Amino acid sequence: MSVHRRLAPFADRVLPWAATGAMFAALWSVFLYVPNERTMGPVQRIFYFHVNCWWAAYLGFFVAAGASGWYLWRGRSEHDWLARAAVEVGMLFCTIGLVTGPIWARPIWGTWWTWDPRLTMAVILWTIFSVYLVLRSSVRDDPEITRYAAVLAVVGVLDIPLIMISVRLWRGIHPSVISAPASKGGLEDPRMVVALLVTMVAFALLFAWLLWLRYEGLRLRDALHRVEDQMGEVAR
Amino acid sequence: MSGAWRILHKDLVLELRTREALSGLVVLMLLILLTFTFALAPEGAAAAAPAVQWVTFVFAGLMAVQRAFLVERENGAWYGLLLCPIDRGAIFVAKMASNVIVLGAAQVVLLALLALFLGVPVPVAPLALVLVNLLGLIGFSALATLFAAISVRLRAREMMLPLLVLPLLVPLVICAVEASRITMAGGTLASAGAWVRVLATFDVIFSVAGWMVFEQLVQE
Repeated sequence: MSVHRRLAPFADRVLPWAATGAMFAALWSVFLYVPNERTMGPVQRIFYFHVNCWWAAYLGFFVAAGASGWYLWRGRSEHDWLARAAVEVGMLFCTIGLVTGPIWARPIWGTWWTWDPRLTMAVILWTIFSVYLVLRSSVRDDPEITRYAAVLAVVGVLDIPLIMISVRLWRGIHPSVISAPASKGGLEDPRMVVALLVTMVAFALLFAWLLWLRYEGLRLRDALHRVEDQMGEVAR
Repeated sequence: MSGAWRILHKDLVLELRTREALSGLVVLMLLILLTFTFALAPEGAAAAAPAVQWVTFVFAGLMAVQRAFLVERENGAWYGLLLCPIDRGAIFVAKMASNVIVLGAAQVVLLALLALFLGVPVPVAPLALVLVNLLGLIGFSALATLFAAISVRLRAREMMLPLLVLPLLVPLVICAVEASRITMAGGTLASAGAWVRVLATFDVIFSVAGWMVFEQLVQE
C-alpha cells in the first residue's frame, strides 16, 4: 500500500506527459531523423516500433508471472491486479508485434508469414496469454479463477524457454526457404541506434503508464464491488 | 508418499473393475486414427505416422485426463480426498501416476494400430522408441493433470482443457514427433539426443511445478 501511495503522484501526473512527449520524440526520430535503410528502404522504419513492442510484450509476461507467483504464495489482491494488468498490456503489445511483423515481412521476405522460430514463438505466446484472458473474462473476480489464472501465468512463462529451444531445433532441421533474418540486424548508421534508444524509452514509458492505468482500473473495480456488496447487505 | 499410493491404488482398482477409462480411450484413439487414414494419401501415410500418433494421443488423452477428476465429483468424493490428512501434492502425484498408467496402456495399443494401419515397420531399436514414448507420456500427464484439476471446476470444461493445455504442449509435441520419427526409422537414442533432452527437461519442470503448485490450486 505504501509503495502504491508513493508511486501514485508520479504515475498520475508525470507518467502521462512523459510517455506522450517521448512518443512524439519517437515519431520524429523514426520518420524524420533516421535515414533510409540501404536495401530495405522506408519499410525498415517499422523495426523501431516492432522490436520495442516485443520487448514490452515479454516484459509484460514476465512481470505477470512474477506477480502471479507472489500471489500464489501470499494471496494478496494487489499482486493479482498487477499480474492481470501486465498480461493485458503485454497482450496489447504482443498483438501489435504480430501485426507489424507481417507488414514488414511481406515486402522483405516476400511472404506474410513463415514458420521462423521467432514467429512460431510469437504465435504460441499469443495463444497462451489469450487463454489467460478467456479464463478471466468473467465480470466478478472469483477467487478460484484468480488462482487458476495465476497458475497459468506461471506455467506459461516456465514454458517459454522450452518453446524457444524446441522451435529452434525444429527449424534447424527443416531449413526455411526464405532468407534468414540475418539481413535484419546490423544498424550501420549511428542515427539508427539513437532512434532505437529513443523509441525504447518511449515504449517503456508507454508500457509503464498503461500498466498503471489498468492496475488502477482493477483496484477501483474491486473497491466498487466491495461497496456494492455492503449496499446489498444494508438493503437486505 | 503413502497417501499417494493409497489414492493411486483406489484409482487403479476402480479402473480394473469398471474398465471405463481405458475402453473409451482405446476406441476413441482407434476412431481418430481411422479418421486420419481416410484423410491421408495412402503413399504418404507411413511417413506421417509420428505426427498421427502424437496428435491422436494428445486429443484422446485430454478426454481421459479430464475424466480422472470428473469421477471425483460424484457423491462429493473430491471433498473426501481434500479432507484426507495428506499433503495435497500427493493427490497430484497419484492422479498423474494413474493417468500415466492408463494412457500408457492405451499408447501400447495405439502403436500396434499404427503399425497395422499405416504400415510402420517394427524398429530395430525398440528400446529407444519405448523411452521416447515414455517421456512424452510423462510430460503430457504432468501438464494435463494439472490443468484438468482447473478445467473440471469451470463451466465450459470440455472447451477449456484443450485451450489451456494445447499451447503449453507445443514443445512436447514438436520434440515427441521428431524423436519418434527418428526412432521409428530405426535410429538410436543418441541420434535423437537433442529432442530427448528437451522432452526430459519438460517432464522434470512440469512434474515438479505441478506438484508444487497443486496445493495452492485446490484450496477451498
